[in-house]
Amino acid sequence: MKIEILGSGCAKCKLLAERAEEAAKGLGVDFTVVKVSEYPDIVARGVMSTPGLVVDGVVKSQGHVPTVAAIRDLLR
Amino acid sequence: MTVESKSCSCAESTPTHAPASGGSFWKSGGWLLAALPAGIALYLILQPLAGWLAFRALGLAPGSRLGEAVAFFAYEAPKVLMLLGAVVLGVSFVQTFLSPERTRDLLARRTGAWSNLLASLLGIATPFCSCSAVPLFIGFVRVGVPLGATFSFLVSAPMVNEVALFLLFGLFGWRIALLYTVTGVAVAFVSGWILGKLRMERHLEPWVLTVPFEASRSADVPRGFPQRLELALQATKDIVGKVWPYILAGIAVGAFLHGYVPAELLARFMGKSAWWSVPLAVLIGVPLYSNAAGIIPIVQVLLAKGAALGTALAFMMAVTGLSLPETVILRKVLKPRLLAVFLGTVAAGIVLVGFLFNALM
Repeated sequence: MKIEILGSGCAKCKLLAERAEEAAKGLGVDFTVVKVSEYPDIVARGVMSTPGLVVDGVVKSQGHVPTVAAIRDLLR
Repeated sequence: MTVESKSCSCAESTPTHAPASGGSFWKSGGWLLAALPAGIALYLILQPLAGWLAFRALGLAPGSRLGEAVAFFAYEAPKVLMLLGAVVLGVSFVQTFLSPERTRDLLARRTGAWSNLLASLLGIATPFCSCSAVPLFIGFVRVGVPLGATFSFLVSAPMVNEVALFLLFGLFGWRIALLYTVTGVAVAFVSGWILGKLRMERHLEPWVLTVPFEASRSADVPRGFPQRLELALQATKDIVGKVWPYILAGIAVGAFLHGYVPAELLARFMGKSAWWSVPLAVLIGVPLYSNAAGIIPIVQVLLAKGAALGTALAFMMAVTGLSLPETVILRKVLKPRLLAVFLGTVAAGIVLVGFLFNALM
């Protein structure tokens, strides 16, 4: 599973990366977390408000930091 | 990168995701039924309580500078925080129905002055954080939102947001809140309209129009009252948890001014008779960055110490609407000339609002 964290490096993006990692570990699947911080790459994924969460190329959330439990649901 | 991190001190983000459902009635918002009357009771006894703390418990002399500053802080800090919590909760709930994506789609097929007006109005309620300004800008422009309307939204969203509105209402009454809203929307509307008329599309950085772009939307949309309430509560926790230091800092500065700065001083510099105070306030306010919640306590003291209303409101608009970090971010999508015209137009609009108020009130 490829988890991408979209954002220009603000505090919320770091928080999202931490929570996504925790959620993915809880699911016990193979995963990688990649930070996408360049604007052209963010725009290409169709995200308008950061931080964004993209899993295997699909935008799962944007503009906010979901809770670990909510991210776990999004990853399933 | 450092600049962008700083610009993210705004916390205007509302979750629009679906959290894990479940939890008892109490946990999922039932406690609000108990918290509400308790909060109102505390609100009512706050003034005497703050006086008691400053003048009895701490033994400071009433009328002394330190005493007045402490009493001011002890009264204002809990009041503003409680007010903010209540307001953010209500607005976060409403915002579960809105998103930048939906606003973008509403604006995509509009043209002319109507698009500017709609963008300015949607800017009030749409959740927006200036750290998303670049992707948002590109998203708007690429789905066909007119450039002028995009600017109207960018001006209105940080300047006239719900937190500013309700704090102004709570602290100064409905007249000032309404004046601020109407003139803020007017500045966004007019400056966006002018920028649209100038046809400056060629002053966009080329990559804005060429970069691969996809207008997707996130999959998770909240449904039903309990889920929206849960989201609103979480957003309230996030936002209040993030802005309270700014608010306390603002109130502390306010308390200092309240206790130590004589009223005549500000009246001379920021009163009606000093016509140059409006452009000066805007000039000082533009590079500064604060969200509305942090600046309002300062504005409150400026007013109390004899600053003219127009001057104080212009200062607030300049601080919230334009900022150095946002300028640096927008430089990525705007060539220098367009950026300068944008800043100049909005600043001029704010100065005009200041003059108008000072002349009318």
